[in-house]
Amino acid sequence: MENKRIERIDRGIKVRTEGIYSIVSMREMMYIAGPRIIFLGILFLLPLILEAAPYWKRVMNIMFIYSLLAISFDFLANYTGLVCLGGAFFIGIGGYATAILNSVLHIPVLLSIPLAAIIGAVVCTLLLLPCLQLRGVYFAIITLMFPLLFTRVIEATNILGGTNGITGLESIPGHFTENYYIMIVALIALFGLRRFVNLDAGLVMRGVKDNEQSIRASGINVTWMKTQAVFISSLIGCFGGAYLAHLYVWAGLSLFALDFSIIPIAAVAIGGGGTIFGAIAGSFILVPLSEFLRFFGSFRIVLYCIILTAFIVFKSEGIMTYITRKYHQFERWVDV
Amino acid sequence: MSILTVDGISKTFKGLKALISVSFDVKEGEIYGIIGPNGSGKTTLINCITGFVKYDSGNVFFKGKNISKWPPHKIARAGVTRTFQIMRPYYSLPAYKNLIIPLWAPRARKLGGWRGGGKHGDRNTVAVDILEELGFERDSRVPYKPASALPTGYLKRLELARCIAMRPEIILCDEIFSGLSVSEIAGLMPLIEKLKIEGITLIMVEHRLKELFQVADRVMALAFGEKIAEGKSYEVIEDSRVKEAYLGSEEV
Repeated sequence: MENKRIERIDRGIKVRTEGIYSIVSMREMMYIAGPRIIFLGILFLLPLILEAAPYWKRVMNIMFIYSLLAISFDFLANYTGLVCLGGAFFIGIGGYATAILNSVLHIPVLLSIPLAAIIGAVVCTLLLLPCLQLRGVYFAIITLMFPLLFTRVIEATNILGGTNGITGLESIPGHFTENYYIMIVALIALFGLRRFVNLDAGLVMRGVKDNEQSIRASGINVTWMKTQAVFISSLIGCFGGAYLAHLYVWAGLSLFALDFSIIPIAAVAIGGGGTIFGAIAGSFILVPLSEFLRFFGSFRIVLYCIILTAFIVFKSEGIMTYITRKYHQFERWVDV
Repeated sequence: MSILTVDGISKTFKGLKALISVSFDVKEGEIYGIIGPNGSGKTTLINCITGFVKYDSGNVFFKGKNISKWPPHKIARAGVTRTFQIMRPYYSLPAYKNLIIPLWAPRARKLGGWRGGGKHGDRNTVAVDILEELGFERDSRVPYKPASALPTGYLKRLELARCIAMRPEIILCDEIFSGLSVSEIAGLMPLIEKLKIEGITLIMVEHRLKELFQVADRVMALAFGEKIAEGKSYEVIEDSRVKEAYLGSEEV
């Protein structure tokens, strides 16, 4: 083995499907569409299958909320260069916004969730606006601070229901609406963002990550581009928060819990950063895993950490990156 | 007619006087060279004009408008662009995708950019066209390679391409000849002349005097932040203060 190395070569079909020729044969079309169709098919059947286990249907909803957070983190970190630990911030603002809309202003639930997402996104963007000059770890620390700040402010001033939170939110009506509502939004976010980052406007955002000075030298306002990115990202996050509040029929301080900031990052690390799909894959592994491990009682966190570490040590590139590579390329040992 | 007037710019970095009341005029369509030994403030001057560095006093007028307090993106939008001495491409993007960003920029979308590519037609196609004009071989894989895999010569061309994609009025070239071999410079020279024919004003900061003097209409010399000479290239290089700045003085 000493004088050999792995050579990776693109599969012929991958090269063929890159151009317009991909539409000439069924096989090539299936090469592109197949994985997506299988993924969507399983996803849409999942609520029907899990009908037998109502508890797991609930876990599925939580899974999608974490997916949304992970997508928003992945987009902001790997396509705009802003490492944002503000998952809890988005969830909290979205949750409280829908609580006010629904329980005080009596707006019906299916309307109040998207409305709260938009209002929450505006609030989050405005609050993060002064911090957009910061980069890397400094931006991360500031965004981590915001949920803590809000918790303390609500505790101290007793506004928004204080430590009791706001109760009396409507639950989401309908048997399957609850599942499909969040699922479809997550899918829109996934496929929408995957398309957006390859548009010209998306390329500019990737340019912001690469180097800001050149963007400025091209006459583009960097802060405005970042503002747009933060808005998109917090819109996705706040939607998750608003949905979660209606799932619990309660908006309280636990919406600002640190889990919402940390677990999405772990999900992106496992799934593979910069793929956006990896964010969903990661949370589909992490959230059910955490539920499975309840069986082990207080030993749960230890096992959770071991599995997480194993993923990061042995598949540090991320599951999605690994699977994509295997799908598009074959490997062989060649002499050096 | 002067297109850019720099009026007494001064800049200090915590007590270090980087620029001391530098003034000059650039006429429309000319190639204006700025020379000077290391640390004489050439790059600082470019940074000041394009708004990347805030200066202490003085004004910059572009076509009669005072652009001194404008942020860099607004100055670039007006048509004053720059290249960077240390190349700053978008390393993760393929070379031609690097040009999508200036073609998408507000100036190119409003005025059309180079050959109208920002407004009409497919930006990908136009980007490859621009690269071809700047010496990237269209049929090779070079324009499609990620910028991180390109050699210095191509990156310098890419810097220039990123500027001209916006169809600017003035390009401030910060040492585009540095780090290139003689043959690579020889390849760039026709490009510079082509830009002049297109009516773009060029301000070139340069260490390679011989090559600069071939193209420059007028030259200015800086030393320790002060303007010490200005005029035709052969006049400037014969100036005693320029000789002193470059070669040192015999008097102790």
